[in-house]
Amino acid sequence: MISLNWVKDYVDLEGEDLKELAVKVTKGGLNVEGVITNHIDNLVIGKIVECYPHPDSDHLNICKVDDGKGIRQIVCGASNVREGLKVIVALPGAILPGNVEIKAGKIRNQESNGMICAMFELGLEEKTEETYAKGITELDDDAPIGQDPLAYLGLDDTIYDLDNHKRRNNDVYYHIGFAYEVATVLNKKVKLPEANYKEIKDNIKDHFKLDVKTPKCPFYMAKMVKNVKVGPSPEFMQKRLKSAGMRSINNVVDISNYVMLEYGQPMHFFDYDSLGGHVLVRDALENEEIITLDGKTRTLTSNDIVITDGKKPVCIAGVMGGENTEVEDTTTTILIESAIFDSVSIRNTANRLDLKSEASIRYGKGLNYEYTIAAMNRACYLLEKYAGGEVLSGEVLHDKVDKTSKELDFVGDEINKLLGIKISDDDIKVELERLDFPYTYNKGTFHVIIPNRRLDVEPNINDIAEEIGRFYGYENLVSTIPRVPIRRGEYAPDVKIRKEISKRLRTLGLNEVKTYTLTSPEMASTFKYDNMESIVLPKPMSVDKSVIRTSILPSLLNTYNYNKARKVNDVMIYEIAKTYDKDYSETMKCAILMKGNYITTSWSNNTLKCDFYLIKGIIENVFDFLGFKNRYEFVVEKDVKELHPGIAARILLDREPIGIIGHLHPSLLKDDIYVAEFAINPLMAKVKPIKFKDANKYPEMEKDVAFIVDNEVTNKELEAAIKKSGGRLLANIEIFDIYRDIEEGKKSMAYKLTFKDDSRTLSDEEVMNVFNKIIDEVCQKMNAKLRG
Amino acid sequence: MQELADTIKTDLLKEIKDIDKEQDLVELKAKYIGKSGRITELTKNMRDLSVDERKEVGLISNKLKEEATKIIEDKEKEIHDRILNEKLSKEVIDISLPATKVCNGAPNILEKVIEEVEETFMSMGYDVVDGPEIEEDKYNFELLNIPKGHAARDAQDTFYIEGDEILLRSQTSPVQVRTMLKYQGKEPIRMICPGKTYRRDDDDATHSHQFMQIEGLLVDKDISLCDLKGTFDTIAKKLFGPDCVTRFRPSYYQFTEPSVETDISCFACHGKGCALCKNTGWITISGAGMVHPNVLKNCGYDPKEWSGFAFGFGAERCAMLKYGIDDIRTFYNTDLRELGAFDRKDGEQ
Repeated sequence: MISLNWVKDYVDLEGEDLKELAVKVTKGGLNVEGVITNHIDNLVIGKIVECYPHPDSDHLNICKVDDGKGIRQIVCGASNVREGLKVIVALPGAILPGNVEIKAGKIRNQESNGMICAMFELGLEEKTEETYAKGITELDDDAPIGQDPLAYLGLDDTIYDLDNHKRRNNDVYYHIGFAYEVATVLNKKVKLPEANYKEIKDNIKDHFKLDVKTPKCPFYMAKMVKNVKVGPSPEFMQKRLKSAGMRSINNVVDISNYVMLEYGQPMHFFDYDSLGGHVLVRDALENEEIITLDGKTRTLTSNDIVITDGKKPVCIAGVMGGENTEVEDTTTTILIESAIFDSVSIRNTANRLDLKSEASIRYGKGLNYEYTIAAMNRACYLLEKYAGGEVLSGEVLHDKVDKTSKELDFVGDEINKLLGIKISDDDIKVELERLDFPYTYNKGTFHVIIPNRRLDVEPNINDIAEEIGRFYGYENLVSTIPRVPIRRGEYAPDVKIRKEISKRLRTLGLNEVKTYTLTSPEMASTFKYDNMESIVLPKPMSVDKSVIRTSILPSLLNTYNYNKARKVNDVMIYEIAKTYDKDYSETMKCAILMKGNYITTSWSNNTLKCDFYLIKGIIENVFDFLGFKNRYEFVVEKDVKELHPGIAARILLDREPIGIIGHLHPSLLKDDIYVAEFAINPLMAKVKPIKFKDANKYPEMEKDVAFIVDNEVTNKELEAAIKKSGGRLLANIEIFDIYRDIEEGKKSMAYKLTFKDDSRTLSDEEVMNVFNKIIDEVCQKMNAKLRG
Repeated sequence: MQELADTIKTDLLKEIKDIDKEQDLVELKAKYIGKSGRITELTKNMRDLSVDERKEVGLISNKLKEEATKIIEDKEKEIHDRILNEKLSKEVIDISLPATKVCNGAPNILEKVIEEVEETFMSMGYDVVDGPEIEEDKYNFELLNIPKGHAARDAQDTFYIEGDEILLRSQTSPVQVRTMLKYQGKEPIRMICPGKTYRRDDDDATHSHQFMQIEGLLVDKDISLCDLKGTFDTIAKKLFGPDCVTRFRPSYYQFTEPSVETDISCFACHGKGCALCKNTGWITISGAGMVHPNVLKNCGYDPKEWSGFAFGFGAERCAMLKYGIDDIRTFYNTDLRELGAFDRKDGEQ
């Protein structure tokens, strides 16, 4: 939150439209997300010169009000309205919060040309029973008639809501830093605040000793102020802290916050008498404890930095003060700390202890030592002026800051090359001056010094190009196409296989869904058919998103249920996603779920309902499409507990298991659901190129045969036996009929056998020979009978 | 002889006229051109004739046989056509009954947008690559100029898996790093990487702990911010229609410098201001910028020699804008009744 009244102290905003300024600042790259203003047009200070009861009302009064331009009549219902009072008058045309427009009119037949207001009606106080009972706002007798009452009250501030530390470093989230940004936008100069104070003879060095025994505190400055009188802080300070979202405590505490909001430098004020004359800054010990000022006991680690009184910690540096050394109403002597701590350490500490504050965020983004010193001086000045303090001479300082200046030589063309436009050297000079970056220019070469306040700007050409470009204006950029060779991009192999499978499945009528990688422990514990072990997040947001899934199928079941609840009965879906094993190894999987009618004719029975053989057909279609014909097989699988033990198989590719297929176990869901899941990577194996085969070169001969076998014999086994006996001439086997329980425990299986030779026409005799051999051998091996 | 032949023909024509059944025609055919039919009979006593007479009889009878065959075949066809037409006229169906429904295979909405983006970038020479979703801190942050403890990490509240080293990637930018390291500072790069990313956000209508980013990177010689703008113009027009224009606003990202936010002109109101663009006429769709010299250096590319740009945008945001979807959870709770609409070629914006 940035108060523009406050910014006006440092940069001249006279005559600026502050809404427009917010747009300009945003265009420069700093997002002003909201402009909050309580200015209301047509609001004036008026004086009630006459007041008498409304003839037709028992509570209304008729007032004659001097608004500076004349006397107007206003009907008012407040209980405290009376003659001689100075009040806030909303003239006709004023629009009050809640979009209430004030109009001239009549109230119970009496003219009323405006409204006398209470603070809550102006949105400056909450409307409560209490504020309502107070009635209209009474201004002091010296309030100037005809003037803007909010300006008179100092309440006419405009607040910019910035993007809350989201983007930039620590260089704009305080009023002086923001003033520099505004000054650049408006091409004006910044004026820093007053910081001159007197020092008394008494020297801090006679009262205070500092030891810094950690590299995580590169800068520590201490000064002392005595005879401080703790009391309320001046009104302007209270108002400004309030507009920046901080509460006023007392003059001393408010000054430390006020200076932080000016210079971005957090300050710590110790009660000297409680602290004593020695400060030792060091790393905390493991498990060291401190009671912070919120009364809680905090356990520290060696990452944390502590301020100690030589023995025990009195403050978690940069994060929170301790209970015993805080400034209290009785405090008279203050030790001021203005320091820089290691930003990473502060951030880690604040995160671990969940103690993020305005101060810790600022320490955590890094600080500019020049302002650490300036803030100290400013704090002394304010303590002297507003708390009656006397500043001791001298300071105690620990200073290990690298003060190497950030400088860069560059030529204009380097900037132009990066931005792609032509900015003249003269224009670059203009921009550097606006930025208030000191520079010299010699024969086409710029030498620029980046001010310390711009911690975010590094001495490289990209950073300078950005600073110049963003104020020169990106609207000046033109659209060009990179001058690079012409080529067509390609899918990387692992992306390509995914796309191929995906497109094929869609062609086959399956819908692609997307579900979450993180699932619940219950979901993650199902479909563990490939022995992958789940990764459990150490700090999940919620239990239902705490485990990284090893199978997509549980999520597809969720999607199924989601659709079923919405009365979608035919669900054909798939998802391709990455799964992860305990050792972080990655398996890209494709999961399929099918339930209901694959092909439907609503008014006839010409409908194809999904069953095992359909989903098997989908898988085969995909695998054949990818060139793996005859390289995959389905083997009986009884041990996947989420699948029906009689309707399940493992999918093998090149004899290696890559997935499962089957009917969902009825204990999970009673619906007739078929699922499959397989790993995709094995399908990236090399496949043979396509070769044309002449189907008509030599005639084929077909023979039908039916065997009666035991019910347990599978088609696969019988086919294998036929194939073995058939040898080279048996080109194809196709089952065309199954007749179960033809006799006790037996079934009949009928096959069409195709005989063919690619190099000649077969004779009847040789086909018959092979056919008879098949019959004999199969009957013998499979304990089968020929069906008559 | 000829007279006899003419008589036979006249008889045939006369008799065939009244026939309308297939069976009658078969009998008639036998009567004339069957084994002992009248025309066949003509040549019965051929061997008793002289050579010249044989020739004459042969010619006449052959001609007559041809003519008769033709007459009978025509009649056959006439009868067949009539029978078929009678049959077909009884087979009329109600073509207004609903069609047999074949399941529709729709793409996920995000994939549809992504495929469109991929297609456009591939045509501009960008490869489409992938990277792991479980990442190392150094790829997700450190080499991208975001050291441990850096404030920029706050904006990407990350799911850590093991200490502060292994995480679920919070952005697709690590794929930039991986790609640059792969080409070892020697080859130019054009790639995009659409992929899943994860952040600790509570799911609601506009936030999702899992979302899809589309990352892009170009590294070559003499690449400028204007090139980035031109590239963005192309993709914006492709996704949101030929009238779409883009604008850059300065922004801040650790791994690009200068950094920009990319706005497109509001395609709903064409810049006039409406609810979609919150009355600004512009919609932010992407963060982008010139690759930070530190990142180039970290990944083996000499910033004095190479330059490039990188960008990232949210697939969900694009899809929400493009198709008018107001809840990000729509993409992850698929309602097949809604998804069905995406099983088609898209029209012009």
